[in-house]
Amino acid sequence: MKGGESLFADQGDGLKEKVWNALLEVTDPEIPVLSVVDLGMIEEVQVKSGRVTIKALPTFMGCPALDIIQKNIEEKVATVEGVKAVEVSFIFNPPWTSDRVTEEGRKKLKEFGIAPAPRFIEEDGSWTVDCPYCGSPYTTIENIFGPTACRSLLYCKSCRNPFEAMKPVSTGYGENFSGKKG
Amino acid sequence: MQRIENAQEALHNKRYKEVLVELLYQLADDDFILSFRGSEWLGLAPHIEEDVAFSSISQNTMGHAYIYYQLLSDLGEGNVDDLAHGRPPGVRKNAVLLEEENGTGTYLDEPRFDWAFTVVRNYFYEVYKKMKLELLKQSSYVPLQHAAENILKEQYYHLMHWDTWFRQLVQAGGEARERMEKAIERVWDEFGGVLSYGPLGEEMVDFGLIEKEDVLRKKWLTFMEELFHSLGMKKFDEPKMKKGNGRAGEHIEDLTKALQTLSEVYNVNPSAQW
Repeated sequence: MKGGESLFADQGDGLKEKVWNALLEVTDPEIPVLSVVDLGMIEEVQVKSGRVTIKALPTFMGCPALDIIQKNIEEKVATVEGVKAVEVSFIFNPPWTSDRVTEEGRKKLKEFGIAPAPRFIEEDGSWTVDCPYCGSPYTTIENIFGPTACRSLLYCKSCRNPFEAMKPVSTGYGENFSGKKG
Repeated sequence: MQRIENAQEALHNKRYKEVLVELLYQLADDDFILSFRGSEWLGLAPHIEEDVAFSSISQNTMGHAYIYYQLLSDLGEGNVDDLAHGRPPGVRKNAVLLEEENGTGTYLDEPRFDWAFTVVRNYFYEVYKKMKLELLKQSSYVPLQHAAENILKEQYYHLMHWDTWFRQLVQAGGEARERMEKAIERVWDEFGGVLSYGPLGEEMVDFGLIEKEDVLRKKWLTFMEELFHSLGMKKFDEPKMKKGNGRAGEHIEDLTKALQTLSEVYNVNPSAQW
């Protein structure tokens, strides 16, 4: 877990682990293959005598799915045996970035037909992304803005398919970063 | 000035809280009304990719306003929907430039919107917004530091977007350049209102909420001067605010009409849950 949380840092009743497992079933309404855990949205889970406190990071500030996600987390975790109360809040520190999506999450995205967020090459500020269909790196960003706040529009010059990628966001784009393909 | 970690701490210092609230209203109302003006372009932008991009930018910017309204809500100012929809024009703190209509007509009736004005207004605003957010990362109010950092993640692309439009249209020459130059004159007449911190500006600085107004103004002007020079354009004097200072609650009819339109559904039943 990116949030530094161990699945097994428990009070002995295994409740925390059960909560984390429940979170794996709460998905993003706009990218339904990804759980909030895959997205790297869960920063902290605390369990104290059956009372669960969850701190989550909002992905995109204007994302209309955030309220739904919050509600879904509350409802799902409430069904876990032994949970008496759930409180979910969004916090802004640390900031969520697209690097927080887990390896598992990147794999699931690709299977769904959405490329994971391009990875920056910090030295020269360029980025690289492989086509989710044919795997070719010969791709271009057509529009950094896409149908939702979290997606960009790309095109594969090898298999000539348009595709979407999760929009890369970072807290440090670097002096050299131009958003252009390297 | 010491760091103020959260709303509870801010509420212990009455004057600090009042000045902080003033700054937050300026930030919130600026993003809110400009994103509304942006949303009016939906379906009318010059081409379909721009429609996708501009509506996404407007959605993000509305999200930025939301964060600021949330910070205000944490300080006891009321709920976010009421702050966005329920406040009359006289208490709004956005700069007048940002409330001005996109052109003649309305979204539904003969919209003759001015793309040059839109590009110039948005570009100049995003340049300023980026500089301001960088300063807010050092604000004495810690929740505002965090908000600024989160907003910057998205705003980066907004600035890049308008930068591209601005340079391309100016460098295209001909009618495009003529219209852009006219739009710059118009935006310049009101940009002083964006640069203003309003009546409580000095206290904002004293409380360590933000760097001095003059420092930011100079920074923005220097950027503009270099930009105009690099594109072979003429120099400008100090930007003005001819139609009034929005930070002091002075507004034009355009804002009243905009609020009527955007709050129409809210006003049917303000207590409805969304």
